[in-house]
Amino acid sequence: MLDNMIASSVPKMRTGIPGFDEISNGGLPLGRTTLIAGSAGSAKTLFACEFLARGIADHDQPGVFVTFEEPPEDIRENMKSFAWDIAAWEASGKWAFVDASPHFTDDSVTIVGRYDLAALLARIEHAIAKIGARRVSLDSLGAIFSRFQDSTLIRGELFRIATALKKRGVTTIMTAERNAEYGPIARYGVEEFVTDNVVILRNVLEEEKRRRTVEILKFRGAYHQKGEYPLTIQPGSGVTVIPLSSIQLKQRSSNLRISSGVEQINTMCGGGFFRDSVILVSGATGTGKTLIVTHFLKGGAAAGERCLVFAFEESREQLFRNASGWGIDFAKLEEEGHLKVVCFYPEVMGLEDHLVHMRQAIADFKPNRVAIDSLSALERVATPRGFREFVIGLTSFIKHQEIAGLFTATTPTLLGGTSVTEAHISTITDSIILLRYVEIDGQMRRGVTVLKMRGSMHDKNIREFTIDGAGMHIGEPFHNINGILAGNPTHSPPATDLPTA
Amino acid sequence: MAPLLLRLYVTGHTPRSEQALINVRRLVDELDIGPHDLEIIDILEQPERAEEENLLATPTLIKVVPPPIRRVIGDLSNLRAVAEALGLDRSSPPGGEDGNAG
Repeated sequence: MLDNMIASSVPKMRTGIPGFDEISNGGLPLGRTTLIAGSAGSAKTLFACEFLARGIADHDQPGVFVTFEEPPEDIRENMKSFAWDIAAWEASGKWAFVDASPHFTDDSVTIVGRYDLAALLARIEHAIAKIGARRVSLDSLGAIFSRFQDSTLIRGELFRIATALKKRGVTTIMTAERNAEYGPIARYGVEEFVTDNVVILRNVLEEEKRRRTVEILKFRGAYHQKGEYPLTIQPGSGVTVIPLSSIQLKQRSSNLRISSGVEQINTMCGGGFFRDSVILVSGATGTGKTLIVTHFLKGGAAAGERCLVFAFEESREQLFRNASGWGIDFAKLEEEGHLKVVCFYPEVMGLEDHLVHMRQAIADFKPNRVAIDSLSALERVATPRGFREFVIGLTSFIKHQEIAGLFTATTPTLLGGTSVTEAHISTITDSIILLRYVEIDGQMRRGVTVLKMRGSMHDKNIREFTIDGAGMHIGEPFHNINGILAGNPTHSPPATDLPTA
Repeated sequence: MAPLLLRLYVTGHTPRSEQALINVRRLVDELDIGPHDLEIIDILEQPERAEEENLLATPTLIKVVPPPIRRVIGDLSNLRAVAEALGLDRSSPPGGEDGNAG
């Protein structure tokens, strides 16, 4: 609280790590040291490398990497998979290693009397001066504690180094090990000398699924977002933080309407979907969700827009066959550049990775409309919490692009019911369309209703619809039947018709 | 007989550096270590020398030749321990083995 008030005066340095600058409200505290604590395998070294790599690539800020654990040649090699050519940066004076990794066996070193780490500090300062470094990473502190027995002395020396680096005005990351995902900040009490700024990386096993997160525990005197945010590692690009809530605030809303692809649905929605809205279509299997998606894509293409669909349930061939069964030629739309169909089997990767891929696909194709068929299929590969974060992250991203998103959700029961997907996302969607089976006189018929249409009047009726070779046809409201949404339709005696809204 | 080469790395004129300088002189003067070269390197003036040896701690005394290379970290306050660590211990009782002189 008090921190926040003195606050905002501490300037930040943009790290360039996607998403991190959002959750940190602008990056790491400039000219300070930030402790990055994490258990084994939580991507500390990658984070420390990427901090320098992004500094060089995006901001032309040279960096010094002090390695206590891995020899520089290993780091150069490992970081090649992220397309960072450290050797080239070293050659051009943008990157310098201070190699503090173990080089000699313990029995060739003896300690007699008192000592300090002035040599290390002299080397770091020399490297900073040589390349004009603005960023420094020290990875990782635990290794130096295990080499020198006297923890108190090492803590004092590291504090001296942190102070000297601050005086030089460089922005520093120090990484440190943790024994447990939730517990003391770091081993050897390193947080005692870098207390101001602490970021925690986690790699938690949750319901048999690995989940990486990042949490900014504290930034002294500076604002940041609270809580854990999902983090993913992509070959070729490195760490991506998924900033969930922090990006939602900025989206604008539009009054422009776009066609759903079905004239009667436009009418039911009061004139079409809003251009930058997110629409959820919920229904049991076979009620016509994929059909609505198909119309939505066709409607976009007909208006000259670009449409992107992510299919997680059906193969390309199936989708194309379905569409042609309703008189729509997906192959032609793709040829014309109006459509891109992306099919993924949900299990091929974790949800965070799906999210990053989808965001990339959206950024590359720059669609006006995005459809996902179905979100429920993705629920299989995540924990409830991970799924909720995914949906929020995706929705915010789509809204941020000011494009229309149409998601489908499958209800588990044939009649009535809601899906988990709905429960998670109904509040963040702008419109909800329900598709329901209606059993009347031993016949299964189909009903559609607009449950919610944010910012607009809409038809409150439950209307019957049919599907044929030309797609979806919406008819009259069901009369004298109650309990359709509950999945328990009953006839009621004819009464006065309710006026439609 | 292989010549003996010792290098002492210090940082400026800190008390710890001065102590190590006094102790290393006593080591070569008072112990019978034979013909030798002693090089003193101030890494505040020559940080690249610390880089070459991957030094972290100071003071550090390195026996460069003859092999094997040995390193002693600290202000060398116990001469006998230093001699033993460097493999120079000829088991002849040296003079002031007790450190902290000066």
